[in-house]
Amino acid sequence: MPAGAFAERGADLELVGIQKRFPGFTAIDELDLTIPAGSFFALLGPSGCGKTTTLRLVAGLEEPTRGRILIGGVDVTDTKAHERPVNTVFQSYALFPHMSIIENVSFGLKRRRIADAAGRAHEALRLVELDHLAQRRPQQLSGGQQQRVALARAIVNRPALLLLDEPLGALDLKLRRQMQLELKTIQEEVGLTFLHVTHDQEEAMTMADTVAVMNKGAIEQMGPPAELYESPRTVFVANFLGQSNLFSGDVVDSTGTAITVDAAGARLVVPTARARRHQGSVTIGVRPEKVALHREAPVESAERNVLGPGHVIDVSFSGVSTQYLVTVPGVGTLTVFAQNIGSGPVAAEGAEVWVSWDVAHGFGLDDDADSAPRFAADDDTESIAVHRREALVAELEEH
Amino acid sequence: MSGEVQAAAVLGDLAGSEARDPGSRPPRRRRIGLGDWLLPAYTIIAFVFLLIPIVYTFVFSFNDSLKSNISWRGFTFDKWLNVCNVEGGAVCQAFGNSIVIGIAATVIATTLGTMIALALVRYRFRARSAISLLLFLPMATPEVVLGAGLAAQFLAVGVPKDMTTIILAHTMFCISFVVVTVKARISSLDPALEEAGRDLYGSPAQVFWRVTFPLLTPGILAAALLSFALSFDDFIITNFNSGSVSTFPKYVYISASRGIPAEANVIASAVFLFALALVVVAQVSRTARAKRLAQLG
Repeated sequence: MPAGAFAERGADLELVGIQKRFPGFTAIDELDLTIPAGSFFALLGPSGCGKTTTLRLVAGLEEPTRGRILIGGVDVTDTKAHERPVNTVFQSYALFPHMSIIENVSFGLKRRRIADAAGRAHEALRLVELDHLAQRRPQQLSGGQQQRVALARAIVNRPALLLLDEPLGALDLKLRRQMQLELKTIQEEVGLTFLHVTHDQEEAMTMADTVAVMNKGAIEQMGPPAELYESPRTVFVANFLGQSNLFSGDVVDSTGTAITVDAAGARLVVPTARARRHQGSVTIGVRPEKVALHREAPVESAERNVLGPGHVIDVSFSGVSTQYLVTVPGVGTLTVFAQNIGSGPVAAEGAEVWVSWDVAHGFGLDDDADSAPRFAADDDTESIAVHRREALVAELEEH
Repeated sequence: MSGEVQAAAVLGDLAGSEARDPGSRPPRRRRIGLGDWLLPAYTIIAFVFLLIPIVYTFVFSFNDSLKSNISWRGFTFDKWLNVCNVEGGAVCQAFGNSIVIGIAATVIATTLGTMIALALVRYRFRARSAISLLLFLPMATPEVVLGAGLAAQFLAVGVPKDMTTIILAHTMFCISFVVVTVKARISSLDPALEEAGRDLYGSPAQVFWRVTFPLLTPGILAAALLSFALSFDDFIITNFNSGSVSTFPKYVYISASRGIPAEANVIASAVFLFALALVVVAQVSRTARAKRLAQLG
């Protein structure tokens, strides 16, 4: 994008075969990713999964070891951060403490010599409802206000791609909910492409059109939030995105529409269409809120999987719902969420219960609960030496 | 406070012991504690001890002295009004030299020192930690050794001793202090701020001048003030490397053998008052700003 020009709308982001190695470890390995223009895309994963590194690579703050980065079809791999049509909302907000709010917001516009920088900056501040604080310094603002200024400072430039690095992490829960809605509204209003990095699965699901779950430097699964939640592909996704009850066993029967798994004596049925593997040893699961609790043995039916009898070992009431932990001999412990539609808990601690769920709600995973780590450990002598040196240098600097 | 506590303890003791054998009563110890007067007294003595030379210098700058300025001969403003008229203006000449040397050494040392500090914190290169360590050497080495060593070096290379050699010598030891001061400031800087500058279309030069430099300014200013102060009152290294050039400390030292003229007291007092005024102004403006911030917030 030439200096002085605005992106009329968001642009596609394409990552092709990206690898990023730091001394001693690999942060990202063979990452391919396409984010369509105008979408709200979330990269979700635990800390250290490589999501922030991915974001920094796109912003131009890190260089990939291998691979190409394309924005709107243009290869930007070798361009510097200040030449990319990309803006970032940093985790720490990174507002310039020596400038007023309005100077902060107009910084990017002035660097690109865009006409009427002050006017546009005020407009952006009005969008986040902070125009009345334009003359203040960042340190005079609350955390939520600083977050909105950081957002205004980024979107005022109309970047083809807006990067959000856990920008809501430092806010309290109520403010976070409010900001999530605001962000979503602003994204729809300005029509930019948003790439949001977060470890908060709820945040990712409420805000993004597409969520990519990242683990150990690679994307485990990508899709609309509901699809990811309803049919997770791997054990990691099943456990990181919400909770899951997982069972492992051999496929003992397979019809055209369903497979039957023998989980420690209990026969559990999963629709073939919702199972990733159809023979051998498989891991299947069901979400806790899909599981029903029964005081008496339910009637056997082809539509429902039934486990029991078991015992309730823990009951925790949380207002809207109650979480039960049920242990079934041989099978293990299940989590059950029951909505508090009636009054009082369905079962008390120690009660004998059965659990059941609709066959259609089960899912079959691609890997096993105890799968090996993705990366071979970087423990060759050379990388250990490099790592040691880095640690020593860092230690020396402290003193 | 501690007196009240003691009193209460003693009263409690009295009430409790009435029932007991009067012979076993503990002796009454209602006295002012040692800490109540020792610390204030000690503090006052220390301050008096520190302030006497300054007060002496200031008072004797008004002495109507002849040659030496040791005994009080009566009050006069003459010395303040005609500072530069004694010995052909030698005091003022020396003072002027000190100012010029101080400013030159400060500018060079602060510029170089800031650049070195940036390089040491921000870049990884061969011998980085060795350089970090070597920079401490001028601070740790006795000034006599540094001064004599430099003098020998200038002699060996054949550089005539004048203002330039003094400026070089001062720059050398000031750099260490600048690097240490500025390095601390850089380390406390959030790297995300500069990244934000780059992200917001700032070229490397723009990011440096609009983000990094303004944020480092307090550290750089502190380093510059320190450099100037160090340069201005350095005597030992200067004496080795100045040749026939006179600086203010050198002038005072040399004239001490035959009696320091009251004009030296005038200049010393003026410098002291100027520094004091700077501190007061800085304090007042800081308080005012804090108040303004508090009102806004």
